[in-house]
Amino acid sequence: MIEFEAALLAIAGAFVLFAIVALYRVFAGPTDHDRVIAVNVMGTNTVIAIALVSGALDKPLFLDIALVYALLNFLLSIAFSKFNVEHGGVL
Amino acid sequence: MTPTEWAIVALALVGAFFGGVASIGIVRLPDVYTRAHAASKSDTLGAVLSIAAAALAIQTDLATIKAVFLLVFMFLTNPTAAHAIARAAQDQGIEPWTTSDEEGKS
Repeated sequence: MIEFEAALLAIAGAFVLFAIVALYRVFAGPTDHDRVIAVNVMGTNTVIAIALVSGALDKPLFLDIALVYALLNFLLSIAFSKFNVEHGGVL
Repeated sequence: MTPTEWAIVALALVGAFFGGVASIGIVRLPDVYTRAHAASKSDTLGAVLSIAAAALAIQTDLATIKAVFLLVFMFLTNPTAAHAIARAAQDQGIEPWTTSDEEGKS
């Protein structure tokens, strides 16, 4: 039972590592859209890591945080793409 | 470990593989459209598999329903966000990468 929880926590750590790898594109992206895509992938990896930690530690309340984070992540991507197209006239 | 726990770890491992493919694609692919492709497809599949593993790992009924709802939500919104970003890039007149760019550079 102990090694099962350790395996889930290790996979959550791997997703955090992949988010750090995607952070390279936030700094080096030639256009703004590359940066928004990389931030979107980082937010997705954060949601996955929160869900896996929730499963590993048996804390069901963490899933609420993951849901809100996923919602804000989607809203951020849509808002930034609208902001880029209309040059600031998003709201 | 029980067979259910093996299934959970296997699902999370395959999800981590696709997450790694998405991150490598984000870093290595040549232009914004191919990066959006890697982000929308590989990362969505990794997210769905990993959250399915989390939904199996949590034994509470309400939490399992929440995890399945999160899974469906990721499955809908992640490609929509990538599509919106790619469409904004196309509206700003960013040209897609072609093989002639590669030949002209080297």
